[in-house]
Amino acid sequence: MVPLSLYLVLSGILFACGVTGFLIKRNIITIFMSIELMLNGVNLSFVAFAAKWQSLSGQVFVFFVMVVAAAEAAVGLAIIIAVFRTRETLNIDQVNLLKL
Amino acid sequence: MTPDLHLWLIPILPLAGAAINGLLGKRFSRQRVATVALAFSGAAFAMALWVASQVFFSSLPLPHVETVGTWLRSGAFTADFSFYLDQLSLVMLLIVTGVGFLIHIYSVGYMWEDGGFYRFFSYLNLFMFFMLTLVLASNYLLMFIGWEGVGLASYLLIGFWFTKDSAAAAGKKAFIVNRIGDFGFLIALFLMIKHFGSLDFQKVFEAAKPFAAETSGIGFLSAIALLLMVGASGKSAQIPLYIWLPDAMEGPTPVSALIHAATMVTAGVYMVARSHVIFERAPSALMVVAIIGTLTAFFAATIGIAQTDIKKVLAYSTVSQLGYMFMACGVGAFSAGIFHLMTHAFFKGLLFLAAGSVIHAVGGEQDMRQMGGLWKKIPWTWGTMLIATCAIAGIPGLSGFFSKDEILWRAYQASWVYWLVGVVTAFMTSFYMFRLMFMTFAGKYRGAAETSHDDHAAHGSHGHGPGGIHESPWIMLAPLVILAVLSVCGGWIGIPGSLGGNNYFDKFLGPVFRSSTPAVNAARIQAGETAPPEQATEGEEPKTGHSTELMFTGISVAAGLLGLFLAWLLYQRRPELPDRIVARFHGLYSSIAHKYWIDEMYAAIFVRPLIVLSRVVFWRTVDQGLIDGTLDASADSARELSDEVRHMQSGNLRSYAGWIAIGATAVIAYMVWVATK
Repeated sequence: MVPLSLYLVLSGILFACGVTGFLIKRNIITIFMSIELMLNGVNLSFVAFAAKWQSLSGQVFVFFVMVVAAAEAAVGLAIIIAVFRTRETLNIDQVNLLKL
Repeated sequence: MTPDLHLWLIPILPLAGAAINGLLGKRFSRQRVATVALAFSGAAFAMALWVASQVFFSSLPLPHVETVGTWLRSGAFTADFSFYLDQLSLVMLLIVTGVGFLIHIYSVGYMWEDGGFYRFFSYLNLFMFFMLTLVLASNYLLMFIGWEGVGLASYLLIGFWFTKDSAAAAGKKAFIVNRIGDFGFLIALFLMIKHFGSLDFQKVFEAAKPFAAETSGIGFLSAIALLLMVGASGKSAQIPLYIWLPDAMEGPTPVSALIHAATMVTAGVYMVARSHVIFERAPSALMVVAIIGTLTAFFAATIGIAQTDIKKVLAYSTVSQLGYMFMACGVGAFSAGIFHLMTHAFFKGLLFLAAGSVIHAVGGEQDMRQMGGLWKKIPWTWGTMLIATCAIAGIPGLSGFFSKDEILWRAYQASWVYWLVGVVTAFMTSFYMFRLMFMTFAGKYRGAAETSHDDHAAHGSHGHGPGGIHESPWIMLAPLVILAVLSVCGGWIGIPGSLGGNNYFDKFLGPVFRSSTPAVNAARIQAGETAPPEQATEGEEPKTGHSTELMFTGISVAAGLLGLFLAWLLYQRRPELPDRIVARFHGLYSSIAHKYWIDEMYAAIFVRPLIVLSRVVFWRTVDQGLIDGTLDASADSARELSDEVRHMQSGNLRSYAGWIAIGATAVIAYMVWVATK
């Protein structure tokens, strides 16, 4: 039986990796992947707690998160393709038309 | 169950007229503006007459109170929109609506050429509304509304020709000086609420009645009375607050007649008479009233002697006559004061209207030195003005004679000093009034060529035909004639017993002023003096016989005739004499001609220090230094702080995310720290 704390540490590491990637990367796809990483880090802690407390609500929550993430991936990738077609770049710092 | 007279309609009617003319008058023709103004003020007059007929013929029980609704309610204190009709307010009601209506008629002719025709009548109707509220109010608070309102209307009308600097300044002066008086009035109201718990006339007087007269020292009744007198001296132009009235002559002449002679300035007298229950219990305050009145009467009359502006003479005359009224109130002869108020409304209103007719005739000239010999050219004006002059000078048989004589007689019973000053003032009154008559109407015309009248910008619009000096149109003459008749007959309702009358006026007002046994007498009885308990204020058989009273009448008539004679001598028979007298007593003359430098004194003592104080302390130090400084400093520091922190808001999405991450980490760290502690 793997102790709960290890799951949580792994979850924290995954989340931290996601945050770091989000902050330092400029490529939109990488940023997108970092977001997914953060979501899954959180998912891991959800299922770990659900197993620990023998409660289904954590599992159910994870399913919701996955559904949303899948939808987000579909929409997000579509946007990224559209951005690339018009701007011919994936550097997020150059996608700043709406900024003053 | 008394009938409902709908008293509220009387003030509301002129208000409706003011609203219609004020809001729509710009698009109306002159005829329509005049129709509206006359219809509504005339309706108020008709209503007042109807109310009077109810009193006289249907024997309506007085006092009659009508409440329209509750206005303020605060704890135990209430003030209602309610109207109070007794003999006193009925007299005032008839004067205000009657004289007011006549002056409305006159104004149609006088103001016809003026560009602000509709504005003028709107203001005039507004004034009527407030004045009627003042005289009909059944509590001091509603009275105060009217009191302030007439001040507003007065301000608007004095500054009617607001493009003229002097008129605008005069309006401001009137308003500010009145505010000083109103301050006293307000404090008096607060004291009444504190001590009587009400401002309703009946409740206040009921509450005040049990108190004995404050014969020694100054108690709260004296304080209230003195503060009321401060208010009255502001509104009624008494020393030391009289200075605004002569300047108020900048307004159109009908305004001077209506507001600054006949009605508004008498509001102070009305207020003192209305509060007689309080004043009677404060002998020291009454004495102050009498002294102020006497001094003002004398003082203003001396200034009036040396004025050359026809309206200024009348203005000082008004101040002086108001002094008589306060003298009467101060010696406890309230009904004599109101009697003089009424006759004064007739003859002084007439004098001002006639002066307006003169000014109209000579195309805007107000300097009497530029007039003369006008009697042939404007005979109606001359005739009516002569009647008014005789009335104010106390020529026997005319209204002013009876009222002034009544006051002097009553004043003598209080103290011979009042009487003596009063008689001297009567002499001066007669002198300066006949001086005015001789300078204006007798002799030869001294004015410039009759065609150049452009020296008076404000009156420039008064059309004067190519024919030069001309009589006014009938619409201006008719009110003159009516007022002349009233100036003659108005006094006949108050002929004293010594002259074979029965002083009906005094008896009529009796229930108002005699409803309370004066505490003065009560105190005297307590002090062991033998005064009959029913020896009330006035109307009782004089202690001395009729012959004494007749003698005093004779003296005051002689004083009036002496004034007439002297004016005739100096300004008709020997016109070179005045200049020699002036040369002889140069210092005295110039101080009188400059109104004793009172305005300059006030300017030096109050106005200029106040301006310096305001500029240096309030403006530069408090406003600019303290208030602006604090605000500027806080604004500056906020801006500096913002300059520092605005770098956080870079617009860079990842930097926001970084801030969020740092914040979240900090929160979690804090929670962990709290949990593990």
